[in-house]
Amino acid sequence: MEVLTILIPVSLFLGFVGLAAFLWTLRKGMYDDPDGDSQRILNPQYDDAPKPVKPKE
Amino acid sequence: MNTATFRPSACPACDAAPAAEALAGGAALPDARLLLSVPEAHCAACIATIERDLARMEGVNSARLNLTLKRLSVDAAASVGIQDVIARLDRLGYDAHELDPGTLSMTETDKQGRELLMRLGVAGFAMMNIMLLSVAVWSGAEGPTRDMFHLISALIAIPTVAFSGQPFFRAAFKGVRAGRMDMDAPISFAIILTLIISIYETLQSGEHAYFEAVVMLIFFLLAGRYLDFRARAVARSAAQELAALEVPRAIRLVNGAESTVPVVGLAVGDLVLVRPGGRVPVDGVVTAGKSEIDRSLLTGETLPVYAAEGSALSAGEVNLTGPLTVRVTAAGKDSSLHRMADLVANAESARTKYTTLAERAARAYAPTIPLLSIGAFIVWMYISGGDLRLAVNIAAATLIITCPCALGLAVPAVVTAASGKLFRKGLLIKDGTALERLAEVDTVVFDKTGTLTMGTPAPTNLDAHTDTQSRVALALADASAHPLAQALARALRDRGIRPARVDEVREIPGYGVEGNWKGQRVRLGRASWIGVAPRDMTAAYLGIGAQSDAFTFTDMLRPGAEDVVKGLQAQGKAVLLVSGDAPAAVRDLAQRLGIQDWHAEALPQDKASRISALQDAGHKVLMVGDGLNDTVALSAAHVSISPASALDAARAASDMVLLGRDIAPISDAIRIAGQSTRRIRENFVQSGLYNIIFVPIALLGFATPLWAAAVMSISSITVTLNALRLK
Repeated sequence: MEVLTILIPVSLFLGFVGLAAFLWTLRKGMYDDPDGDSQRILNPQYDDAPKPVKPKE
Repeated sequence: MNTATFRPSACPACDAAPAAEALAGGAALPDARLLLSVPEAHCAACIATIERDLARMEGVNSARLNLTLKRLSVDAAASVGIQDVIARLDRLGYDAHELDPGTLSMTETDKQGRELLMRLGVAGFAMMNIMLLSVAVWSGAEGPTRDMFHLISALIAIPTVAFSGQPFFRAAFKGVRAGRMDMDAPISFAIILTLIISIYETLQSGEHAYFEAVVMLIFFLLAGRYLDFRARAVARSAAQELAALEVPRAIRLVNGAESTVPVVGLAVGDLVLVRPGGRVPVDGVVTAGKSEIDRSLLTGETLPVYAAEGSALSAGEVNLTGPLTVRVTAAGKDSSLHRMADLVANAESARTKYTTLAERAARAYAPTIPLLSIGAFIVWMYISGGDLRLAVNIAAATLIITCPCALGLAVPAVVTAASGKLFRKGLLIKDGTALERLAEVDTVVFDKTGTLTMGTPAPTNLDAHTDTQSRVALALADASAHPLAQALARALRDRGIRPARVDEVREIPGYGVEGNWKGQRVRLGRASWIGVAPRDMTAAYLGIGAQSDAFTFTDMLRPGAEDVVKGLQAQGKAVLLVSGDAPAAVRDLAQRLGIQDWHAEALPQDKASRISALQDAGHKVLMVGDGLNDTVALSAAHVSISPASALDAARAASDMVLLGRDIAPISDAIRIAGQSTRRIRENFVQSGLYNIIFVPIALLGFATPLWAAAVMSISSITVTLNALRLK
């Protein structure tokens, strides 16, 4: 049963990591356009090279 | 605009006043964000085409299409006008409407949605972690291990309840203070009581603690709330989007100088310039200029009306050919637009408040939750001879099992599935109860002009002319912005006809176009101007020297009009056609579509009273219309739909808006509405069934936390799956 002293904190920690990841995706607006995102994956435009980052004016 | 105070109103100017100010403020910025509604965008190719094309456009920094909202946001230099973007999209084959970013400041709604989602996320993660610990307890952890697991669960559950349970506590507090008994009070009561008992049991090394059930309850209820919120947010943003579609402004003339002002800023006696193609912003009298006026949105008449000095104009009419100077005779509250809005307000107040299925279920169910658990408490106190701990534990188990998880999901899950389906078909639901009301419809009343027809003319007798006549007509028609001329030019070009060489072409506002062809004077325009007797149908007359010829027109049928009428009749609905247009035109259309019951020359009041009469006879009426003359009927009907091309007053008065050009989705919508109401009822039966089975178990004291968790998740999942069966 001693293993619990490690496993419980580990599981709680992983839970928090998941929660933090979820909150991060939420803040980044990744749930704003689910329909569009599922279609954008079919767009070959940036398949070979990633979208160039525009310098801020 | 603050979403809390936002209300779609039948008076477009009222909505637009702050919007216009917001726009004026926004125009000062060097780079503007333009918002457009693109209802026809639906696929990956649409995104790629639109974004790539706009990115190549001069002055555009970036463009992004949100497919979920079918909304295009363009980040561009101030020099790029919204009209340029719309024209560009039109060339790509997409219809686009301008949206007012001022009205669409969605921050409030966005924030609410994100907040709910965050609470839902926290509850979800807490639920999973507590469940891990609970599974260990259920599989036989005992003694100090169990106590420790319960304690850790408590440490996770308490902050989660404090954070994620807030929406319920707040609503319950508000409800109790107002003396209402809705679902929130028993839910909050159940959450808090169960949490306290579980903490107490944990500290006493008790066998059962309901931490996972409490958090799970919050999770499922929040899921229902979130779906409900999404459905309402979509409806609200639809209403906002529609209000944002038009920003009424007028060009005021002061000592000959033009200045653009919001319509609300106009006073009686002001001079207003109405350009060709512009909408008359106020009631007034023409003081200078000659033109033709399209009154179809107000009266349903398809034929343009001649206007010159002294003609009275009403707000909402469209000026077709020449610039007009109008002296304002009534603005704001006194204008005909406002009188119409008053009629609408009357009709709306006459429409009794619709009680939704969910409200009825909640009203019936809410009191039983605390009653059952209090009953259980008293009975067990009596049976056990005053064992408070046992009685409270059983009361808590009853409370948590009767708590309406599935009931909370029953309606929102179905409504979300249905409105998503309808949105993909091009139908926006503005009012949350519209779906249920639509399901009850047995009679459908259509307007003619702009609803079953496009309101745009199409030439009918192109074969009856010589090549020369066609070529001259095309050359003349090209020079005019008049809808008949444009329709003629487009149709002739489509037939591969090339324009003749006509010199000195000039448009005479209110009459037509005139030019010089091979030394002869040629004219295309009104019959009296050409010098012939007018026919009894819409026509443009061509005069070459002394010869004359007539191009006749008919109103183009809206795509899907035949299907929708057939579809509705197949579903056994009565279909009526009520129009303000002349009898001949209405009869033609009715025969073409197979509608037996048609009425012509109906005034706005006639339309409304016909609908009231039908409803008094026990029919549930769906009104489909687009004009200002339909607004009263739209708000009097049980449920109403208008196309996106409708006047904003009509859109504001209706419950649903057709985004695309095609009218066929209406018959689908009725079918889906009927189906979703059936699903909602099924869901109620299902969640009721779970209660009938498990409440006795809880009352008898056999319910364990495992039972509570199982019942809750199984019922919630079956209800959601049932909603997804919607075809």
